[in-house]
Amino acid sequence: MNADAQGVLTGAHFLSGNQACCEGALAAGCRFVAGYPITPSTDIVERIAVRFPLVGGTFIQMEDEMASSIAILGAAWAGAKAMTVTSGPGFSLMMEHIGLAAMTETPCVFVNVQRGGPSTGLPTLPGQADLMQARWGSHGDYEIIALSPNSPQETFEMTIEAFNLAEKYRTPVMVMTDECVGHMTEKVVIPPADEIELQPRRYTTLPPEEYQPFRPDADLVPPMVKVGDGYHVHVTGLTHDERGYPVINAECQQELVQRLVDKIRRNTDAIVSYEEYKTDDCEIALVSFGITSRVASRAVEMARAEGLPVGMVRLKVIWPFPEKEIRQLAERVRSFVVAEMNLGQMVYEVERCAAGRAKTFLAPHAGGTVHSPQQILERIREAAE
Amino acid sequence: MSPKIRNSQSALANSSADKSAIQNPIEPLLRTDRIPHIWCAGCGIGTSLNCFARALLKSKIDLDRVAIVSGIGCTGRVAGYLRLDSFHTTHGRPIPFATGLKLANPDLKVVVYSGDGDLIAIGGNHFIHAARRNIDLMVVCVNNFNYAMTGGQVGPTTPLTALATTSPYGNFEPPFNLPYLAESSGATYIARWTVYHVRQLARTFAEGLARKGFVFIEVLAPCPTLYGRRNRLGDSLATVQYYKEKSIIRHGAPTHEVGLGFQDEIIVGKFVDQPRPTFLEAMNEQMRAKLGERYVPLEAAS
Repeated sequence: MNADAQGVLTGAHFLSGNQACCEGALAAGCRFVAGYPITPSTDIVERIAVRFPLVGGTFIQMEDEMASSIAILGAAWAGAKAMTVTSGPGFSLMMEHIGLAAMTETPCVFVNVQRGGPSTGLPTLPGQADLMQARWGSHGDYEIIALSPNSPQETFEMTIEAFNLAEKYRTPVMVMTDECVGHMTEKVVIPPADEIELQPRRYTTLPPEEYQPFRPDADLVPPMVKVGDGYHVHVTGLTHDERGYPVINAECQQELVQRLVDKIRRNTDAIVSYEEYKTDDCEIALVSFGITSRVASRAVEMARAEGLPVGMVRLKVIWPFPEKEIRQLAERVRSFVVAEMNLGQMVYEVERCAAGRAKTFLAPHAGGTVHSPQQILERIREAAE
Repeated sequence: MSPKIRNSQSALANSSADKSAIQNPIEPLLRTDRIPHIWCAGCGIGTSLNCFARALLKSKIDLDRVAIVSGIGCTGRVAGYLRLDSFHTTHGRPIPFATGLKLANPDLKVVVYSGDGDLIAIGGNHFIHAARRNIDLMVVCVNNFNYAMTGGQVGPTTPLTALATTSPYGNFEPPFNLPYLAESSGATYIARWTVYHVRQLARTFAEGLARKGFVFIEVLAPCPTLYGRRNRLGDSLATVQYYKEKSIIRHGAPTHEVGLGFQDEIIVGKFVDQPRPTFLEAMNEQMRAKLGERYVPLEAAS
């Protein structure tokens, strides 16, 4: 491998989604990864274990996913960009530290190569049924950012973007890929290091006596410090004030948790990302994401060939959900068809945003393989009736 | 970022010269704006903390480079009272958090300070694996024989026959012998004291801070409100009296002989002091042997 000193593997390569995820992390400046082997994500950490010693990174295989998911928080407070990688059952075990990362505003990245569930489910086969778990899986109120790539190229780009968003909003960010995208191999073009835009950590410029670790800037995100800088910060998972000190009452809870939620909600327009395809004249809007969107685009072609006025919206950022965009679309389409590799999760979000202005249909799939385009086409026909 | 001198050792020396007549020597290390603390009258955690703070001040370690990490529970609150970079993490997970912190900045001195339930029950897996890997951490376990924060439940160190809210007819599960567990898992320095032994404990903390590798220090501490009251052990003073009368100092005692019975004799002292390569040393050595010049170790993030 001919990576430069920064670890950016510039050039055109034939990579799997999982390999591209590893290269994205390296290009983003990630230099600490803690993981625990789990199919179908393991080849990400296997490549990390090969690549990291050559570029000044530390990989540690921890004893379980609880350990992996909190080790990255420790590393982040030491100043590193840090990531963990898992799949279904491991993702369930990591929920407590997604909550801790949200509460302590620790920038970090969680990659979930989704497989079929629940429980051990389908270790080697794909699913998209962790969508709501990504949003709501840890207890309590918080907002989250989650990205959904549909190709190895996009897995590379979105892994970088995940680090950038984590730093910008001081929040855990999830890359919600799946077994299909993880193991498909395609051309991945990696630009030179100086063409990759990176969001540096937002360190404070204040001296220790003036600094309060949880006092936010105007965009509701507090600047950070790292251990060893002499600020002697206190960081707790308890409800805390701007000094970081525990305050166990309703007022502090309201102020803190509202801000944690608002720092994402108020920046939704800046975070959301989606692609529209043939939506200019469409009366039926197909909504999809990740690997399913690739099958769905075929279904759009087939439906158009039948003269059905179908377009597609592909969500690249799945959380926060693009509420405004779906509401606007609901004003001018007759119906939505939501194609997802689960038995109905995103469809509830679409239905909520459509608010009765457009009918909503679900093209479900329990996982294990992708939809056939015909399955989606049938729902489109139903929606067109 | 320029180095800050607030709370550096020299600043502490100046402040103690000014106020030595009225100030507790460890006060500069405390977040005095968080006092009063939450611990009950007679609790032993504060005494252990005092010993730790004295040892840390005496050690002359740059306090900017010391981080303290706690889990959940009464002892889990220790991190919140020390004016250091301090982390109050999730239940059972201070060791893996501290592992990430240490590996991402090897220049730091990282101390884990937590209770028996946190470190040994819910955190038991992390404890044995960090000891096996010989992660460079000083792990302090305040053992009060029960889950105190939640109201006095039975735990992994509760002695046989002792009463707890969830063992109302007496505990019948054999407890862990913590020094034995630590040694068999790979810890390189292991000691036990009670909070009666304040001088020995402070000396052990100082020695532990100077060691590399997985250092484990068990501190027996009274919990008069829950464990003591339920087992009719009298007040905290009575428990410290018990520590005084029933403790036997046996440095180098084989750890399989230091298990604790209910109100039985307590073997204290330094049991193990056997350095071996830390995780980072072993990793660096292996990588250099295999990769030579191509190996690039992690630099402290700047």
